[in-house]
This record gives sequence, C-alpha cells and structure tokens, in this order.
Amino acid sequence: MGFLAATGRAFLVFLEATGRLALFTGSAVSHCFRPPFYPRQILRQMIDIGYYSLPVVGLTALFTGMVLALQSYSGFSRFQAEGAIATVVVLSVTRELGPVLAGLMVAGRIGAAMAAEIGTMRVTEQIDALSTLSTNPFKYLVAPRLLAGLCMLPLLVVVADIIGVFGGFLVGVYRLDFNASSYINRTWEFLQPLDVISGLVKAAVFGFVISLMGCYHGYHSKGGAQGVGAATTNAVVSASIMLLVTNYLITGLFFSTK
Amino acid sequence: MTPAPLTVPKIALRNVHKSFGPKTVLNGIDLEVAKGESLVIIGGSGTGKSVMLKCILGLLTPDTGSIHVDGQETTRLRPREREKQLHKFGMLFQGAALFDSLTVWENVAFGLIQGAHMPRAQAKEIAVAKLGAVGLTPDVAELSPSELSGGMQKRVGLARAIADEPEIIFFDEPTTGLDPIMADVINELIVQCVKDLGATAVTITHDMASARKIADRIAMIYQGRIIWTGPAKDIDHSGHAHVDQFVHGRADGPIQMQIRAL
Repeated sequence: MGFLAATGRAFLVFLEATGRLALFTGSAVSHCFRPPFYPRQILRQMIDIGYYSLPVVGLTALFTGMVLALQSYSGFSRFQAEGAIATVVVLSVTRELGPVLAGLMVAGRIGAAMAAEIGTMRVTEQIDALSTLSTNPFKYLVAPRLLAGLCMLPLLVVVADIIGVFGGFLVGVYRLDFNASSYINRTWEFLQPLDVISGLVKAAVFGFVISLMGCYHGYHSKGGAQGVGAATTNAVVSASIMLLVTNYLITGLFFSTK
Repeated sequence: MTPAPLTVPKIALRNVHKSFGPKTVLNGIDLEVAKGESLVIIGGSGTGKSVMLKCILGLLTPDTGSIHVDGQETTRLRPREREKQLHKFGMLFQGAALFDSLTVWENVAFGLIQGAHMPRAQAKEIAVAKLGAVGLTPDVAELSPSELSGGMQKRVGLARAIADEPEIIFFDEPTTGLDPIMADVINELIVQCVKDLGATAVTITHDMASARKIADRIAMIYQGRIIWTGPAKDIDHSGHAHVDQFVHGRADGPIQMQIRAL
C-alpha cells in the first residue's frame, strides 16, 4: 500500500506541475496578443538573445562544422565516399546540429539569465511592485521574452548554419585538400529548402521553449537566494530536455514520410 | 430627526480568511479604514500583516470573506477592472522593490509612463519633482538604484508610491533596516506625503516609534485576527495584555513566538 500511495503522490505532483505549466503558457501566450505592448522590452530582449548570443553560437557552429568534416572524412574514406563530405556537413548542420547546439547554448545562456532575473524580481517583491504600478507582469516581463525567443533563435540559427558550413569548408579545403569550388558545388547540390526550413522551425520552437522555461521557473521561484538558484538550474535542465524531446517530435513530423 | 450621514469606509474587510496549505494565516480579519485616515497595523513577524495588504491589493485572493474598496467588492474583480482599481493604490515595499534594470527617475515615473501612458519627458519632470518632495536632488535621478543606500532606496520607493497621486498608500515596514535617524526622516516624509495628498494610509510595522508618529489609529493583529483597535494616543493604556506586551517589547506574556515562517 505504501508503494501505491507513493506512486500516486508522485503522479499527482506531476499532474499538478503539468497543469500549472499549461495555465502559465496559456496566460503568457494570450498576453502576447493583447495590448499594451512594450516595444522597449521586446527590443531589449531581442538584443540580449540575438546579438549577445552571436559569439557563443558562432564559435559552437564553427567548431561543430570543422569537426564534422574531419570525422566524416575519417569515416567515409574507409569506403571511398570522401565526395559526400560536403553534403553530410551541410545536411547535418542545417537540419540538426545548427538548431540543437545553438538551442542548447542559448538555453544555458538565456534560460538561466531569465530565470535568475525574474526569480530575483519575485523574491525582492519587484513583481508585486509592477502590479501595484498598474503593469501586468505577464505583459511586461513574460510576453517580450517569449516573442524575442521565438523571433531571434531562427535568426541565430541562420548565422549558425552559415558559419557551420563554412567551418566544414575550411577543414575540407585547407586540411583535407578538396578543391574549393567543387566543395561549394557539392554543398549546394543536394541541399533542399526543406532542410533549412525544418531547422528554422525547430529553432523557433526551441526559442519559445527556452524563454518559457526561464520565465516559468523564475516567476514561481521562492525563498531567497537558494530559491533563485534552484529556479535557474530547473530552467536550464527543463529547457534542455524539452528541447531534445521536441527536436525528435518535429523531426518526426517533417521527415516521417520520407 | 435626521439620520446620521452614511459614510462609506475607504477600505472594509469582513471576515477575511486566507490559508496556505495547512497553515492558516488570516483567520477572520474585520477591519475598516476611513477616508483620509492613517491606520497603523502592528503585530509580530509572521502574523499575517503582509498577507492582508496583498489581499487588499488583489495580489492574493482570500479564501473567504469580502474586501470592499470605496464600497465596491474587490475579491472577484475581473483582471481589467482590477488593473483600474490598482490605479487608486500606491505601495512602499519593505525592501523598496525598485526595478534594478531602470534608473532612479524611470523607477519613480514607471506608473506614469506604463500605467498612465504619459510622454517620457513630462513623466521625468514629475519624477524629479517627486524626488524633490522626498528630499533627493535631481542628480540622483540618473543613478541606478543599486548605487543608493538603503535609506535612499526607501525614499525613492516612497517617491514612486506617491508619483501617481494615489488615493490609498500602503507602507510595508517602512523603517525596517534603517538607523533611528533615517527611520525618523522616513516617518516625517510619510506623514508629510500623506497629508499633502490627502490620502488614506495603511502602514504595517513592528516599530512602535514609527507607529506613534504615523498613526491616527492603531490596530493590532495576532494569530490572523485583529485583537485590538483604538486611537494612537490610547496605545499605552489599552488594557489589553497582548497589546501591552507588544508595545513594551517584553518576552514574557500571552504572545508566544512564532517558529515557522509563512
């Protein structure tokens, strides 16, 4: 009986958390579409997420593209398929590694920062102060972050795609002695618009999930410094896991018939 | 014989209950605050003072009971009406709760710019004037809140609370964490601001010096109920054992220390 009770309790806690997240998401999304809007806040978040994440996302993409070229060379040369390297690099980067790695890096950078900032505002009563100043915290804090995440991650991933492919090109041409123009031709040859588009759709969803987790955990944090710390950890971990799960689901949706 | 003029209290709480899980915080609060009155609510830590203020503001919803502001029931307001109603309120938070991503003047002007949609230049002028009213010079306006001392932050918080000229102002432990001189300065400012605005003020505190200075009337809260109310001058001869113990700060008496936080 003790075992059953414990299982039931855990399940109830899970259901409660799911319901609370669903309510939070519904409320947050509905506030994205209802005035007043806060363009300054949206702009600030866009700069924070888009511009200031460029170095870390760019570096990640560069080295991922370079390593992909090296790894696939060492693998493909075993059955004389070196010519496929450019294709492998561009498909892997645009469809999978660009959005996922950019998403994970941004989850660490932005998800944590959002949870910490909103969490601190919660425990120092700044969120209550917003309400008393006739400003809805969902509209002022949550909606701008969701919109910025949704818009900026695809742009970051476009940059990551280009830099990642360029990284593969660098290694291919300068390390593996491919002909530059034939490498570029190979890159374009089998690339389809859907490869890039699916990556950008993923990126938009990831951006939304990262901001949502950062805001949700920050908004519900309590109990001072320790609570804010826990909120930050939870935001990054839950965003990363949800990102990987939704990545699989979206991939399944896009490429199930092929 | 003419009937006495019917005066509607500014704020009226009737039998308000609020629990968090198994813990009952408000256990049947009955309280009225008249228009233009300055009421101070005293009571130990963890007796539900802050929760009561947050229930009146609508940041928390009471489990049962009714809260009227200007005769209007507020516990079941729709979000839009709630926002409108919050225009009547200003609040000075315990830790000042200034927005650290904004400058001092943007903090003071926040309600004017975001709530009342005033142009920024005009709002800044008012903000600087309000900073002057709490004894701060215009050069403070461009600083960030983290550059200010605790007392200065409280002043900015006060300027922000009065910027929108609210009808009702709440002060949550305005003197906690300040030295006695700064505490007295803040008390003076509170009395002055409330008088200038003709506002209704509710202060929660456990600082008796502050209570004596600010209050027209004092109420004591204990175990989630109002156990005594009376004019400020009667506080020293209330004839109530709990109030006496609190006012004189004695460890022995009917009040037992609360162990668990809310």
